[in-house]
Amino acid sequence: MSVALDTDRAARAKALAARQRAQRRSGRRLVKRIPFYLLLAVIFFFALFPFYWALRSAFTPERDLFATPVQYFPLDPTLDHFRSVLSSGEFQDALLNSTIVAVAVTLLALAIGSLAAYALGRFQFRGRSATLYLMLSMTIFPQIAILGALYTSINRLGLYNSLGALIFSYMIFTLPFTVWVLTSFMRALPKDLEEAAYIDGASPLQVFYRVMLPLVAPALVTTGLLAFIAAWNEFLYALSFTATPDKRTVPVAIVSFTGESGSAFQTPWGQIMAATIIVTLPLIVLTLILQRRILAGLTAGAVKG
Amino acid sequence: MSVIQPATPARTFPRRRRSTRLQRKQTRLAWFMLVPALAVVAVVAIYPLGLTVYQSFTNEQFLAGLQPVDFVGLDNYRYLLDDTIFRDSVVLTIKFTVITVAFEFVLGMIIALVVNSGFKGRGVMRAVMLVPWAIPTVISAQMWKWMYNDIFGVINDGLLRLHIIDHGVAWISQPSTALASVCAVDIWKTTPFVALLLLAGMQVIPTDLYEAANVDGVSKWHQFWRITMPLLMPAILVTLIFRTLDALRVFDVFYVFFGSRPDTQTMAIYDQNTIVTVGDVGYGAAVSVAIFLIIGLFVVIYTTFMRVQER
Repeated sequence: MSVALDTDRAARAKALAARQRAQRRSGRRLVKRIPFYLLLAVIFFFALFPFYWALRSAFTPERDLFATPVQYFPLDPTLDHFRSVLSSGEFQDALLNSTIVAVAVTLLALAIGSLAAYALGRFQFRGRSATLYLMLSMTIFPQIAILGALYTSINRLGLYNSLGALIFSYMIFTLPFTVWVLTSFMRALPKDLEEAAYIDGASPLQVFYRVMLPLVAPALVTTGLLAFIAAWNEFLYALSFTATPDKRTVPVAIVSFTGESGSAFQTPWGQIMAATIIVTLPLIVLTLILQRRILAGLTAGAVKG
Repeated sequence: MSVIQPATPARTFPRRRRSTRLQRKQTRLAWFMLVPALAVVAVVAIYPLGLTVYQSFTNEQFLAGLQPVDFVGLDNYRYLLDDTIFRDSVVLTIKFTVITVAFEFVLGMIIALVVNSGFKGRGVMRAVMLVPWAIPTVISAQMWKWMYNDIFGVINDGLLRLHIIDHGVAWISQPSTALASVCAVDIWKTTPFVALLLLAGMQVIPTDLYEAANVDGVSKWHQFWRITMPLLMPAILVTLIFRTLDALRVFDVFYVFFGSRPDTQTMAIYDQNTIVTVGDVGYGAAVSVAIFLIIGLFVVIYTTFMRVQER
């Protein structure tokens, strides 16, 4: 009994000593890790500072914005810039146009792309890998290379300065990517469910709608979001195929923004920064919520290639 | 549908025949489902590409009707060879590409290693890294343009306070700093994205390799060069290809910063300006073909390099 107590006490003492040693070691490790955390802090600072600056500029009143020394924090915050941007007809049009274009492009790319991905991911046929390679080469297709041809075609079709021109031309960078990513997701699915459905007498299209689409729903969200972001952010075609302010998308509007009260000599930076915040906030929130999904989609598109 | 086929000599394996019929049916169905996608690709990409090549041999102007479209043979290409503005734009674009891709790769690798080493808040870090990527390039360019402002910009103010410079610098309009100022924006926006792609590649490397190396007392430095780098090579190459091709067609940042200022035109800016602003569709098409070939050249270089690597 007493022997047992003794060994018990000895064990406890040993454990205590070990814990102390571990603590000392972790203390030393903490010191060793200081440069590491410093590096982390630097990365965070550089990644986030421009956003902070856009925020502070959006809330800083005009007279402080254009004064030196520069204020690092809005001492007298105001919502004026947001108010004037949101009440500007041009910006409202741009938000609406961008939404219409991006939603239409996303839905079209998903509808056409998922059907093609089903064929490419679940069927064996001649020409399958050739089609896949075609889609892959399209994903790295330089859009500038066909600008002139699209420009003349769009004019001939009477689509110039219309949202249709943008929806049409945005297919070039959304559809092949959607097909490619969805194919890799489709291919990864197990065969059992599909086979079970066939045995139950379902037609291939029924299998597609009833079995495959629900299974790849997360992938649809991912690729849809990527297509949406790509369409929302596009600038070159939007700049080239539209002419009047009422047909501009957000990126074009933000570049050509002169503001309501903006004088001819001074760029209305406060309003531009407010517009920036308004436009990017939904994107940031979406990205943060769906970050895992986006990463999965991006790596499926890029690394598995 | 194949029931009415003329009787073929009975096969020894009736099962196989059934499966080929099924296969044929499947093939037809697959193509049927591919039709919409292929039609869109044909209309949006392949036809315009053909049209571009055709246009490059003509003198087509945007304001058609003023002048009949004539076949001019190789005139556009001949002119292109002597076009110093285009040559400058190619040089500038390649400089931009080399600088940004190099910085993004090295910084992205460092960040990926940091995040991969595991620490509390790794998830937050990964989310934060996606944010610059999600923001429209035009918008990040505007944010930076304001930070670069020569009088009220935070960059000048910060550097003045730190006594690194003694008067405000016009970073964007001054030719000696123009390229660097643009590169910084691209590096800021894209490095985290590169890091994420590399990180995805790193996480596939089996950890027991590192454990074995630790047991053998291999230093972290050697582990990086002997384990991480070789196994990461495919991910690295794919990342580099995507980034290089993206950088070669850069348009947005340069447009926001410089408009179509002649000394800071990239290939894409020069082309867009020729086609849309000047309206010289024929010559613009020749420029497009040239850009296409230059980008194609980089693809060929990378893919040969990849094949060599695989051996």
